[in-house]
Amino acid sequence: MTELYKLSIHEAGELLRQRKISSVELTQVHLERIREVEPKVKAFTLVTDELALQQAKEADKRFASGENLHPLTGIPIAIKDVICTKDITTTCGSRMLENFKPPYNATVMERLNEAGIVMVGKTNMDEFAMGSSTEHSAFFPTRNPWDLERIPGGSSGGSAAAVAAGMAMGSYGSDTGGSIRQPGALTNLVGLKPTYGRVSRFGLVAFASSLDQIGPFARNARDAAILLQTIAGQDPRDGTSSPTPTQDYSAALSGDIKGLRIGVPEEYWVEGTQPGVVSAVKESIERLRELGAKVNPVSLPHTKYGVAAYYIIAPAEASSNLSRYDGVKYGYSYRDTTDMWEAMEKTREFGFGPEVKRRIMLGTYALSAGYYDAYYKRAEKIRTLIKQDFDKVFAEYDALVSPASPTVAFKLGEISDPYQMYLQDVFTIPANLAGICGVSIPGGFSEGLPVGLQLLGNDFKEDTILRIADAFEHVTDYHNRWPSL
Amino acid sequence: MIDRETVKNVAKLARLGLGEDEVETFGNQLSAILDHIHILQEADVSGVSPTAHASRLTNIMRADVPQPSYAPEVLLANAPDQDENCLKVNAVLEEA
Repeated sequence: MTELYKLSIHEAGELLRQRKISSVELTQVHLERIREVEPKVKAFTLVTDELALQQAKEADKRFASGENLHPLTGIPIAIKDVICTKDITTTCGSRMLENFKPPYNATVMERLNEAGIVMVGKTNMDEFAMGSSTEHSAFFPTRNPWDLERIPGGSSGGSAAAVAAGMAMGSYGSDTGGSIRQPGALTNLVGLKPTYGRVSRFGLVAFASSLDQIGPFARNARDAAILLQTIAGQDPRDGTSSPTPTQDYSAALSGDIKGLRIGVPEEYWVEGTQPGVVSAVKESIERLRELGAKVNPVSLPHTKYGVAAYYIIAPAEASSNLSRYDGVKYGYSYRDTTDMWEAMEKTREFGFGPEVKRRIMLGTYALSAGYYDAYYKRAEKIRTLIKQDFDKVFAEYDALVSPASPTVAFKLGEISDPYQMYLQDVFTIPANLAGICGVSIPGGFSEGLPVGLQLLGNDFKEDTILRIADAFEHVTDYHNRWPSL
Repeated sequence: MIDRETVKNVAKLARLGLGEDEVETFGNQLSAILDHIHILQEADVSGVSPTAHASRLTNIMRADVPQPSYAPEVLLANAPDQDENCLKVNAVLEEA
């Protein structure tokens, strides 16, 4: 039973409930796997092995008492280090919060703890979730398990790498412009960004509050459904969480997508997308057709403004959100002066890394007098146009399909120009601006590296995109492949 | 084009200390990024109202009932400096 870490969550859950394996056994296998491959992958900012074993024992007690158990009870899970965990460091990949221990749990953590998960650790990320490669972590870059010379995507690169390498059975990340879907694509996982408001943001350290959502990484659609179900739903502590009832995501996985109308946005075939990505995605679209979906080209005419609008709106919100890091209340604090302003400026100079500073600067500039109308207000109007594009298309279509990322995983240090890095999210950003849901799924390989297929669904249509993802897995085996580590 | 003076002015607005080399680098990088973002000026946005967030919810209220809060020592546990259950900061007002 040395390969227990290769089980899916739903398979492991079955074995746990039948008491064929124990959670302690399952957890030990994962901790052993962490000892073996983590030195190469570097997915974690913190491995919580003692806590994990304690939670596993608790889970086994629950199994022994025959309590009404949750599908995640006793399952080893990794958490992105931007989600607050009570009394456990939550660094956001930043020197600023290197020693920060939140006094409370995020709502998502409360729900996961109630379900009885085993938390194996907190995962590495681009600082404050700003980046597409995890190279902007203040601590160290994370490596892609499929090729250790390459990045795992970002900003939730640690959460993706942990699941892809078998160090956790599932994980959670956050997606502001593609930070779940792009790393999911680059590591051969299912990475889902829920509809804005589907999941509580309470206790998610804020980057861009009108865009941020927490979502899961899994190795298949059925596991993703379980992971989403556990965290979905309204929360009185997040005024933007939606009262729209959640669906039964597992029950939605019928395997049948006959007659489903799937659009292929013409504007998503952009110059600069690698030929290997294009051919894998086109082949995957054929599979959807063979499954009986009605696939047709559609147009989202304002797509070309997406990245530019996002790089005004997200930095503007970030510059406001990150003004809280002033060295007074918590976090890194420059002490070597008695001058209040100098202390604040030096705290932020030494506490933040280059990408965070760049975005604070960009956001402050876009919001400053004389530029507000030309940049911020205009970007928000374009956001309306992008949303209207989706509204029109979703009046006639159930879902959209596209590449998740223009490239496969690139090498560490390969992209040094900030704007080139921003273009990694060209296909994922529009969904955040519009608030709709999206998922990246294993969609083939190009030169041995995973290619992600993105499925976009209308507001609160997570059930539809997961149904397509699951049906796709019935006719492909990409999701079953493992990296050799 | 973002010149050095603009960089320094924006950094001051953000209370963000920058090294001399960063002033140079950010000037060049922000100029390049804004060149790309210039595409926004091409879009026809006449008569379009802005979208600030995607939730389409407005005025979510909760019952006005007091809830228990945290003990001061819990909230101050991460404070860089404290005194008598208060955050300790540098003098805000200059001495005359």
